Order: sequence, then C-alpha cells, then structure tokens
Amino acid sequence: MATLAKNNLLLRGLKGITTTSNPIKRETLYRRVVFFSLLFVGWELFSHSGVWPDYLFPGPIAIAQSLWSGLKKGLYIYGTWVSMLRLIAGYVISLLIGVPLGALIARNKYFKDTLGALVISLQALPSVCWLPLAILWFGLNERAILFVVVMGSLFSIVLGVESGINNTPPIYVKAARNLGTTGLRLYTRVILPSAFPIILAGLKQGWAFAWRSLMSAELLYFTLSLGNLLQTGRDLNDAAQVMAVMTVIIGIGLAFNQLLFAPFERQIANRWGFSPSK
Amino acid sequence: MNGDYALQIQAASKVFYNGGKAIPALAPLDLEIARGEFVCLLGTSGCGKSTLLNLIAGLDDPSSGSIYVNGAPLKGPGPDRVMMFQEAALFPWLTVQENVEFGLRQQNVAPQKCSEIAKLWLERVNLQGFEKAYAHQLSGGMRQRVALARSLTIDPAILLMDEPFGALDAMTRDRLHIELENLWLSTGKTILFVTHNVREAVALGDRVLVFSPRPGRVIADYKINLPRPRSLEDLVVINKTAEIMQTLRQAIASSSVSQELEWQL
Repeated sequence: MATLAKNNLLLRGLKGITTTSNPIKRETLYRRVVFFSLLFVGWELFSHSGVWPDYLFPGPIAIAQSLWSGLKKGLYIYGTWVSMLRLIAGYVISLLIGVPLGALIARNKYFKDTLGALVISLQALPSVCWLPLAILWFGLNERAILFVVVMGSLFSIVLGVESGINNTPPIYVKAARNLGTTGLRLYTRVILPSAFPIILAGLKQGWAFAWRSLMSAELLYFTLSLGNLLQTGRDLNDAAQVMAVMTVIIGIGLAFNQLLFAPFERQIANRWGFSPSK
Repeated sequence: MNGDYALQIQAASKVFYNGGKAIPALAPLDLEIARGEFVCLLGTSGCGKSTLLNLIAGLDDPSSGSIYVNGAPLKGPGPDRVMMFQEAALFPWLTVQENVEFGLRQQNVAPQKCSEIAKLWLERVNLQGFEKAYAHQLSGGMRQRVALARSLTIDPAILLMDEPFGALDAMTRDRLHIELENLWLSTGKTILFVTHNVREAVALGDRVLVFSPRPGRVIADYKINLPRPRSLEDLVVINKTAEIMQTLRQAIASSSVSQELEWQL
C-alpha cells in the first residue's frame, strides 16, 4: 500500500517533469516588451534630434518604411531567395563532407594526426580570407561564393562531429557491446546518438559561420543578393535601406535558429535532463 | 571441458602495461563455478575482481590462461553473459522502455515481442508506469533496476555484477538485495557479484571468494549455507561476516601493498 502511494507520488512528479513545453514566462515577456519599446522610442527620438543627419541615422519608422517598400518591389524577397539558395547549397555540401570526415578523424589515429591537424589550422583562418583565392580560381561567380561558404562552415562541423564521438562515455560502448551490439551498429545505435548533443552544437556553429561567410562574400558581388543589397544601400547613401536589409538578415538568422536547431535542442534537454539556462 | 560448470577458469591472468611498465592486475587464477550459483567476489579496490569480470564478459582478453563458458572456450562478448556496472549506464537518448528493449533489438527480435518482454521485466523490477521516463528522471535505485531489467531481457545464463549497488544508500541497497535474491531464486541464473562490502557478500552469496590485494588472487573460498532470505540482523549472518572480515584484515596486513583500505560493515 505504502509502495503504491509512493509510486503514485513519483508518477505525479514525473508528469511534472515530462511535460516540458516551455512557453515564455509572462514576466520575461513583460520585460522584453518594455525593453524593446523603450529602445525603439529612444532610437526614434534620437534620430530626430539632429545630432546626426537622419539619412545616416534613420529611426525605426524610416527603416520599417524602407523595408516595406523593398519587400513590395520584390527586391528583398528575390535577394533573400538568392542568398538562401547559396547558403543551403553551401551548408549541405559542408555536411556531406564534414560529417564523414569528422567521424573518420575521430576513429582513426592516422587521420587524426594528419587531417585533424590540418582542420584545426584551417579553422583558425576566417573564411572570407579564402575569397581572393576563390575569385582567382573560379572567377567572380557562384562557385567562388559556394567555396567560401563551405570553407566557413566545414571545419566547425568536422570538429563538432569529432569531439562528439571522442567524448562518448566508454561505459555506453561497454554496456552496448555487452548487450550484443557489434560493428557498424555500435556507431549508429550508440556512439552517434550519444554524441548528438555535441555534434548538434558543431552543426549549429557551422550554420552560423556559413551565414557570416556568405554575407561577407556577397558584399563584393554585383548580382542581387542580401549582401549586395547592403552594398547598394551604401552606394545610394541610403542608411535606411542598409538597416532594413540588416533587419532581414537578423530575421532569417533567428528564424533558422528557431526552426532548425531549437527543436533538437529542446529534445536533447528533455532526454538528457539538461536544464535550460536561467 | 566439463559442461556441468557455468564457468571454468584455468590459470587466467591479466597484466596491464602502462608506459612499458607491467602492472599485474590478476595473478593466474583457477576457478570453477557451478550453474545457478550465486558467487560474491570480495576484495579491496584494485584487487582485480572487476578485471576478472571484464575477462568473463569478454570485454577484455586474458594475458594468459583460458576461460570456458558452459564447456566452450570464451570468444568475446556474448548474450549468454551480461555485465552490470556500478553506474547504471542507461542510454540517455532512450526511454526506460527503449533501454530495456535494447538488447533484444540488437538480436533483431520483432518490435512487438521486444515491447512485451521489456514490459514483463519492468514489472518484475517494480517499474511499471515508468516506461516513457528518461534516465535522468529516475533515482539511483530505479536506474539500477532498469539496468537489471535491461540485462535480464536477453536472458543471459550468467549475470556479472560489478558493485552495482555500491553508489546507493543503505535502505535502497537492502531493498534491491531482496529483489535480486528473488529474481535469482525464480530464474536460476548464475550470478557473479563483485563487492567490497562484506555484509552484502554474506547476505547474498552461496559462496564468497575473498581476493588478496593486487595482484588479485583468491585467498579464501567460503560456502555460505545459511537459509534464505537472510536478515542482516541475524546472528549467524553477523558471525559469518565477522569471520570473513578477520580473513580480510589478515590478508591486508600481510600484503605489501600500501593503499588506503576502507572496509564497509
């Protein structure tokens, strides 16, 4: 009877833990609304104060107008489309090369001593540094841009996969071998799932670097794209357009984070029991 | 080899190498364990009892000698021998149910069947209702119960337990002793149970093997013919415990190994 009561108690406690849909707390929402309202109002007022000319320092209203007209003309939408295609293509290529390469370096001493060292060295090079070489090799075209994006994200992915695999607690492998897991299954059923939190962090960093590399590269290009729109804004002395495009870039970055990575991160936190940072 | 024994060990030893220096962990050991026997391996930390368990599990190879399981020479890990560790080592990415099914899935048993067998074992370790939980949501004792269920689903002939209750509080440990004893009585499995807790060994074992400090060797082999279930408050249990403690103390006193030795009573 007592055990039953205890079990019930535990079950109730368990339900409390497992239902982890975490909506933003009212308090947090309140703070954010107040903070951003004050920021935007202050910014708007400052832009009219005459300290700087308003074509150099536009307020949020001017930026919103520029954003709207750019969207209406289809300019920003088309630019976003071009940039997204490049980003996704570059990222997918990085994944296809990076994940197997990371696994290889993690499990093979010879690859670790050679390719591993090369990857760590190249990781130290900001990817936009590849651009002059890429233009010499490929010309001022799509291939050069893709190359820079891949160079930006590839090494983070490789290192994430490698460190995820290397940090697999040996006890999981031992327990699995014990229960009859052998060969390739040891990777697919134990090592990769166990490494997933660290691998995901690497993939996320790779994504962020791909995004940054792409924007740097596009600043130098003349085809319509988000980076190019920033540059035209400068050429036209139109700070409102520059900031409107920056808003689009921020929005895309946030959206991908929320749609692509956040669900996996929530799932990991749920399973591993990592508590969300306070 | 004689198939009547669950396990026959002939002159098996293990030497580890650390930077070219040989560290003998297990002196050549002869041992025969009958089917269905509950054997406790007792000794100080680092006396080679966990090493022996790893050898039997096939997770490590002996430096010399041979091991026979059910009369056949041992070849690597196999589903006839499953090991449990001090930490439950549950896979954090799987639910309790999926953890318990894991071994069966590796043998390509049909999902429906896996699920049924896992449910059955979860019930037997009193964890019904926790199928969908993850390891971090369970207490230490519950995790070890899941680990026990996970080991038993693949129906091993031999269960190798490496201080599985060492990290638990005394109350939880006592309860798990009773549950383990009942499972052993109803399944007739051979159990090798490593511990450095003398009372635990006497309470559970048919046989208690006392190991000397490193390199490990068996210095005493006690048969414990006491009725079950045994109570730790029972005078005969206390007397037997004291007797074995005495042997252990002498072994430590006469050993040249100087290491911190903590005996739990």
